[in-house]
Amino acid sequence: MRFLTFLLSRLVTYILVIWIGVTMVFLVPRFLPSSPVEAMMAKVAAQGQYMEAAQIESLRNSLMETFGLKGSLFQQYTGFFKRVLLTGDFGPSFSAFPTPVSQLVAQALPWSLGLLLTSSVLGWLLGNAIGLFAGYRKETLASKALEFLAMLIYPIPYYIFALVLIILFTYVWQIFPFSFYIDANKPLSVGLIKDIVYNSALPALSIIAVNLGWWVISMKALSASVAEEDFVHFARLKGVSEPRIMTHYVARNALLPQITMLAIRLGTIFNGALITEILFGFPGVGTLIYSSALQADYNLMLGTISFSVIAVATATLIVDLTYPLLDPRIRYR
Amino acid sequence: MIRIQDVKASYFTPAGEVQAVDRVSMSILDNEVLGIAGESGCGKSTLIKVIYQFIEPPLRLVSGRVEATTRTETGETAVMDGAALRKAWWQYISYIPQGSMSVLNPVAKVGSQFLDAVGKSTAFKNREELYSRVTGYLRELDLPVDVLKAYPHQLSGGMRQRVIVALATFLHPKVILADEPTTALDVVVQRGIITMLAQLQRREQNTLVIVSHDMGVHYQLARRMAIMYAGKLVELAEVGAIVESPLHPYTNLLIGSLPRIGDHARRQGIGGAPPSLLNPPPGCRFAPRCPRAMAACQAADPPPLEYRPGHFVACHLYGEPRTGGA
Amino acid sequence: MKAVKRHPRLVIGLVLVAAFVILGLVMPPFAGHDPRDWNTFPKHIKPNPAHPLGTTGLGQDTFWLLSYSLRNSLILGVLVGFFATLIGVTLGVFAGLKGGWADRGLSLLMDTFIVVPSLPILILLASLLQGRATILIISVVLIVFNWPWPARQIRSVALAMREREFISTAWFSGESTLTVIRTEIFPYISSWAVGNFINTVLVAIAVESGLAVIGLSSLQESTLGTMIYWALQYQALLAGRWWWILPPVIAIVVLFVALFLVSSGYTQYATAKRGR
Repeated sequence: MRFLTFLLSRLVTYILVIWIGVTMVFLVPRFLPSSPVEAMMAKVAAQGQYMEAAQIESLRNSLMETFGLKGSLFQQYTGFFKRVLLTGDFGPSFSAFPTPVSQLVAQALPWSLGLLLTSSVLGWLLGNAIGLFAGYRKETLASKALEFLAMLIYPIPYYIFALVLIILFTYVWQIFPFSFYIDANKPLSVGLIKDIVYNSALPALSIIAVNLGWWVISMKALSASVAEEDFVHFARLKGVSEPRIMTHYVARNALLPQITMLAIRLGTIFNGALITEILFGFPGVGTLIYSSALQADYNLMLGTISFSVIAVATATLIVDLTYPLLDPRIRYR
Repeated sequence: MIRIQDVKASYFTPAGEVQAVDRVSMSILDNEVLGIAGESGCGKSTLIKVIYQFIEPPLRLVSGRVEATTRTETGETAVMDGAALRKAWWQYISYIPQGSMSVLNPVAKVGSQFLDAVGKSTAFKNREELYSRVTGYLRELDLPVDVLKAYPHQLSGGMRQRVIVALATFLHPKVILADEPTTALDVVVQRGIITMLAQLQRREQNTLVIVSHDMGVHYQLARRMAIMYAGKLVELAEVGAIVESPLHPYTNLLIGSLPRIGDHARRQGIGGAPPSLLNPPPGCRFAPRCPRAMAACQAADPPPLEYRPGHFVACHLYGEPRTGGA
Repeated sequence: MKAVKRHPRLVIGLVLVAAFVILGLVMPPFAGHDPRDWNTFPKHIKPNPAHPLGTTGLGQDTFWLLSYSLRNSLILGVLVGFFATLIGVTLGVFAGLKGGWADRGLSLLMDTFIVVPSLPILILLASLLQGRATILIISVVLIVFNWPWPARQIRSVALAMREREFISTAWFSGESTLTVIRTEIFPYISSWAVGNFINTVLVAIAVESGLAVIGLSSLQESTLGTMIYWALQYQALLAGRWWWILPPVIAIVVLFVALFLVSSGYTQYATAKRGR
């Protein structure tokens, strides 16, 4: 029963997130004074082409069609949702005409997924492991030093870290490439994989490092408090070994709130990953959003941004759903 | 048999040394149920922690020792103390802690928490043998074997306490220390636990040491009873003797404060409060509250003496023993 | 001195923040010129007594520009922090105390707004405004995205408080909800609110400067982030002109560490004061 309630509430949140997020994407352009259609028309006119009135009208019409600006607001709204949720068709990208937006997104997606998944999961695992050691033996010098380091790293914004890494590892010590370059035509081989890792190392490191601070600090506090619990004392009385107490008794309990925290922070982590991608020129969805913004590629922008809202919502749902797997109090009545 | 020799154990806190157990000596015999009674803060919980050799900072064993003597089937004796006793946890001596509600790991199955306790033991060839031993034991105790597959939150409070008793005894230890086993349980469940412990002891013929501030528990279960006050042992005798003819004034007042069926006289509490263990007064700790205090009581701390056979008391009123010393 | 020993984080953090406030809010009027104007001074001059941090590639004095940008960043941070915390605390208290459907509805709202990532929406906005995004507009969006964080925390505090006796006493004695909130709850919650305020300031400046570094923030007004952006655009890194790019970077790092120290130090201080 508990599990069902849990599942239900998470699903409702999921639906709401997508609804509100996509609505925001829909509404923002419509509250602005300039219309993208007019902007487009102005661009075309600036190119010096002379067009007859009828041509101008038909161009405007097709543009409005493409931008989903035809019909009443309600019709536009439902039409937009249909596009986002059902067809995934945002039309062609203007900067990469005539490649459809969906294709560009599909190309960029695996890169972003790879980077985001590995970095956030690795950061979470590593941070929690360090936090566990620090919290289990909180009186030691090492523990206090670790917490101090984590406190220094935690407030640093993603882009600063990215910039610092870029300065250090591409200028000062030229270990890594300045911008992302992979010969996409290379066949899938160890060489290609090495290339990918080499080029992705700095962005991944940047995301992991910034994430680490928070997980270390919070896990340290959690482990320290769980270590005071009665069942840990009883485990000691039974003669259970310290390593086993640390993992099976303390860690397994302290990690539960960390899973919930991960789900909550995914939006923030995504924000950071986005900036990191842009700064490193990483060929993921982030850079796609950025270039679409710079080039006022309206279709591509709408497509990538709607997509990222859905992606973050889905990732959050998945993380949320792993929680019952680890907490039997939610799984069973 | 366990011999506690002149044990002094204190908590070293920032405020100072809290002398929780101050030079206590006693013997715990084989095949007996010994109750340790006293008010909160008298040192009884600390004493059994010391007996168990579970001494973690800020607690420290300042002086004295605890010695366990076992006799094998061939008649040989072996003496264990300190580290040896710690090695024998759960097999020779085990501990039932206070507070059954929170003593089990909420995210691990009950079964795994049984198996947990046997990490170092080599008496079992493999997990299957161990598991069958556990299930067999549960059946002996009339507990459902399904309990092993359950999680702690799925068990009722009473069932949880019984499971914890089973957990502490499935390796058939010779000595079981129980710290307030019935506190915070409702009376029906209390009765069940008391019965369970009594049957267990009778069957195994082992030693059960029960710490409780509830005199009723001692009366039902214990054969001998030790009364502690402010870190000191003040009286030790068979339960009947304690109840019918208590010697120490504190014991007297303690027994007098208990309700009895048929006795309609008003119950008397004991005025005043126990002394601080940070800086205990010289002399007898109970003197400030004692209705029969004498001059000698403020000056010197009375040692426990065997006033009657098997009846020890630490009080200046009984300075000359009728028999030899303890 | 005793205060420093007992609450090192808080004191150090406050001192640093005070330094920044002075640099950002007190000093700009003393510049004698508008630091934003291009070509006021010769470009790319290294630090010297006349220009303690040199000049930028646009002919601006780095030091005064830094001070001016700091002012804008601080104003944005405080604006967002204040309103987001105000809205968040109000809704959180309401949800936690009222319970029932109000709570469920508001909690759903909070959980939803926390998940939606703010940066893509901000990028959308910024791109459509084509550099005309003002600090005000960005602040409004940030407020919309940041109120759930204090709301969630205050809600759980309010939930715990609901059980405690002194609230029930006031309740039963017939005080109106508003009075109860004002007299009993507010003093208790205020310490949490302050902590959240500082955190939100930090997040707001972080997000805005992130936006600025990639060139999507307000291009007329100058913030710490836009300083970094212009420095990058003019290849300050490649040309080794550290005095243009390092000051804003270091300023941001130190400011954030300082804000974090104040926030964490204040939480420690408040917990100790409450005797928990």
